[in-house]
Amino acid sequence: MIAQQQAEPVRYRDEQSQPPFNGIIWLLAAILLVIIPHLLRLPIWISVSCLSVLGWRILTEFYHWPLPSSLIKMAITLSLVAATYLQFFTFNGLLPGSALLTIMLCLKLLEMRCIRDAMVMVFLGYFLVTASFLFDQSILSGLYLFAVVFALTTTLIILNHPLASTTNQRQYLSLTSNLLLQAMPLMLILFILFPRISGPLWTLPSNQTSAKTGLSDSLRLGEITHLAESQEVAFRVKFNGDPPPADQLYWRGPVLWHTDGRNWQDLSNQFALHKFPPKHQPYFSGNAIDYTVTLQPHKQSWVFALDLPANLPNNTSQRFDYQLIADDQVDQVMRYSVSSYPQYKTGEPWPLALSAALQIPPEHNPKTHALAQQWVQRGLTPNQITDQALELFRQQPFYYSRTPPTLTSNDPVDEFLFTTRRGFCEHYAASFVTLMRAASVPARIVTGYQGGEFNPMGNYLIVRQSNAHAWAEVWLPSQGWVRIDPTAVIPTERIETHVDTQRFQTTLVDALTAQQSDWFTQKIYWLRSSWDAANNQWNQWVLGYDSNKQRQFLHKLNFGDLSGKQLLFMLLLSVAIIITGVMSYLLYHSTRSKDPIVTGYQRFCKKLAKVGIKYQPFQGPHTFCALACKKLPHLNQQITTITQCYIALRYRPGRSRHLQQFLRLVDQFNPHKD
Amino acid sequence: MYKQIENKFVLRKHQLDVGTITLSQKRIYILPSRSGFVLAVVLFVMLLGAINYNNSLAYALTFLLASVTTISMLHTWRNLYKLQVHIGNCLAVHKGENIQIPVAIKNPDNFQHLGIELAWPGQKPIHVDLNPEQQHLVKLTTPALQRGYQPIGKLVIYSRYPLGLFHAWGNLNFDQRCLVYPTPSENKQLPPPPANIYNNVDSGEGKNGTDDFTGQRRYQNGDSLRHINWKALAKERGLLTKQFGNEAPHEYVFSWHQTEKIEVEHRLSQLARWIMEAHQMNLHFGLELPHLKLPVDHGDLHYHRCLKALALYGKSS
Repeated sequence: MIAQQQAEPVRYRDEQSQPPFNGIIWLLAAILLVIIPHLLRLPIWISVSCLSVLGWRILTEFYHWPLPSSLIKMAITLSLVAATYLQFFTFNGLLPGSALLTIMLCLKLLEMRCIRDAMVMVFLGYFLVTASFLFDQSILSGLYLFAVVFALTTTLIILNHPLASTTNQRQYLSLTSNLLLQAMPLMLILFILFPRISGPLWTLPSNQTSAKTGLSDSLRLGEITHLAESQEVAFRVKFNGDPPPADQLYWRGPVLWHTDGRNWQDLSNQFALHKFPPKHQPYFSGNAIDYTVTLQPHKQSWVFALDLPANLPNNTSQRFDYQLIADDQVDQVMRYSVSSYPQYKTGEPWPLALSAALQIPPEHNPKTHALAQQWVQRGLTPNQITDQALELFRQQPFYYSRTPPTLTSNDPVDEFLFTTRRGFCEHYAASFVTLMRAASVPARIVTGYQGGEFNPMGNYLIVRQSNAHAWAEVWLPSQGWVRIDPTAVIPTERIETHVDTQRFQTTLVDALTAQQSDWFTQKIYWLRSSWDAANNQWNQWVLGYDSNKQRQFLHKLNFGDLSGKQLLFMLLLSVAIIITGVMSYLLYHSTRSKDPIVTGYQRFCKKLAKVGIKYQPFQGPHTFCALACKKLPHLNQQITTITQCYIALRYRPGRSRHLQQFLRLVDQFNPHKD
Repeated sequence: MYKQIENKFVLRKHQLDVGTITLSQKRIYILPSRSGFVLAVVLFVMLLGAINYNNSLAYALTFLLASVTTISMLHTWRNLYKLQVHIGNCLAVHKGENIQIPVAIKNPDNFQHLGIELAWPGQKPIHVDLNPEQQHLVKLTTPALQRGYQPIGKLVIYSRYPLGLFHAWGNLNFDQRCLVYPTPSENKQLPPPPANIYNNVDSGEGKNGTDDFTGQRRYQNGDSLRHINWKALAKERGLLTKQFGNEAPHEYVFSWHQTEKIEVEHRLSQLARWIMEAHQMNLHFGLELPHLKLPVDHGDLHYHRCLKALALYGKSS
């Protein structure tokens, strides 16, 4: 027996003991919360395998099944990894990466034995939460994932409490809240002062998720028969000063040049104009509009500005057709400030651009060609031709419809102009530009957003995907490029939806303009505006917090421009101060007893100490009482009652109703009275 | 004289502690645990990701976890701070048995100290949760490995609570030592009673009946607890010791020379067994060792005195 004890060779390690049962249950629940957002993005077979491993592990805990052998583990791991590869054909990229991590986390459950394994799983869980943020940084996602971090931290606490099975779970929750609360100041100072580096450390794998925008880089006439009404926010705009009127809110996006009679897209490569800047800066007049745009990530490089911007945001260039292009695709919330002049006169364009603006396939849309030729033969100037075309839309029964009929013929513009006459912005812009080109007036389609919704809660403009729009620009020798919006000339009575009659007139929504709107509608509107305003603040201050914003913020706090070294020094100093603060809070704040019985007795002792009778640590209440009675014989009665009350309250359960009486006695007790 | 000074010096050098140890700032050490290092690596990778993707919430989470880690260090440290550890006397045991050392840990604060662990370095610990202003009594167990005084050695009180990312510990070098008696030999056969001049008067008179009650007298120190008249005590007639007819005659003097002349430890084991047997049979006995003689006597005190002599045989001091 002795020999056995001496031969025990392994040194004991706490991390290698088995995790407590409730720790495992917490861990499994937390893991489930961690992987849910990932599973929603990933193919279904990953969800099925992960959830079945999770379920199997729960049953294992209840029925004490053995863990699988290493051969089985190896087989499962290899097949799942191979399946992941077959799914994505790469491990590079966010989605395959998150798939692989999710699978790894679940497979770790197959071999989790000791506390250390469980802790590694918690750490992996934290890591997967970070990975979730790369997909979604909205407020709701932030709140959800914070709850997940809370659960993971609670799990960590339970795993590290050897006597966890006998402890009340609520205690852990309060400790987790305390830890997280006490960590907040430190976290905030790190967030604010940690030097932000602009630009990635290594090239990011491109994200394969599809673009989510109401815009696209091409236009296929007549194929969309139902215009999406996505309420998703494209960007938000804060104006310095008054916002311009609604009919000036044209947010320029991709410009479409090339057409085959039906489809419109960017210039083909032969023109080699893509990278060209404008030949001349426009001549601006009138007042500038200064504003800041917070652009939601849309996985494209388009940057939107009001016609026409006078300055460029950082890391952005301007094409020859005045479209703004970011150097990289916009994967993060992007903030930029621009000033635009609604009144401008563009200079001479590149000659190539003018010829590109006249390109048109002569074999398609013969009726349109004939109409345009008719105008030219009448000897009309380009200005007059433009007016003629607009007059056509205004006079003839053209309707604005979000659900137009399909254009099936080979001459879709003819079909629209002369037969169906129902369509939305794309139809009008494409037909108008086709007419212009057929009449040898250089023209192009501009896509982007029009209008917006003013949010009175935050004083900013919300531009949604449903604000996506297409209009035309024609080149008039005397005026340069001029914006013409054929959709805007359709009279109100021929517009089918109410929203579309509003968009050129006001940025205020109905709830605020209409007199008769009821209380409920207004409240709903108020809620919606507040929620969007909160999202806006979130974007401005949390998601958009970068090196620029950091500099601005420190400026506001009167620190001026700090060098990197000063910033680091300030960071270290604040960290030291905060840690000292928390430490002293931990040590001194909590030393006061919160038990009213104990504090009451302490007050009693303090009163006696003032008259020279000190409570010694080795004394019990009985001894102390005897001593005090001997020194203050006239207070004998009181001292004894208080002591007896105290002992009864403290050591005999169920006497708490006498607490008030005890405290009153202590308050009344005054050894100075004589 | 010189030896004493040296002893004192050595004692001070090893910082042996007497009585109660309060874990002060100087006594508590803290280092990241292995898991703490793993988390540090994870956090570093998370920070790289946050920088690379310029992702604000990833920054926020990384900083939050780094802060929680830092705060948990303070909690782990505070978990040991101000605890009072008091070590009690251990009962003497035989070599091969387990020594039990009573340890009292007191929490003087008004908040809980959870997940406190106490152990010899590298051994399985005892876990304690201390409620506010609570004292907890635990028994540490260790095998008795050597005859004589066994120092209890360095104890470690440590904690990893709440997050397990830091390991805080304090060394407890108590001066306490435990007496270890020799392992009793397997051979229970008593040596033949010697023809002693003091005691063969009544021998062989057939008074072998084990329960021949012969009367009672006032309790004297050293009387076996087994023979106290508990009923009389309950009737408040004082402590009385029952006397039996077979007690007086059988007196043994166990001598070093009676044992087989083999190894010292074996001889001591045999003597220890005889003493145990004799004590169990409530005999009177004495002990003769080279350089030491314990006269014939009986009772618990005498029994332990004899075993102690055996335990310390040949040991300096």
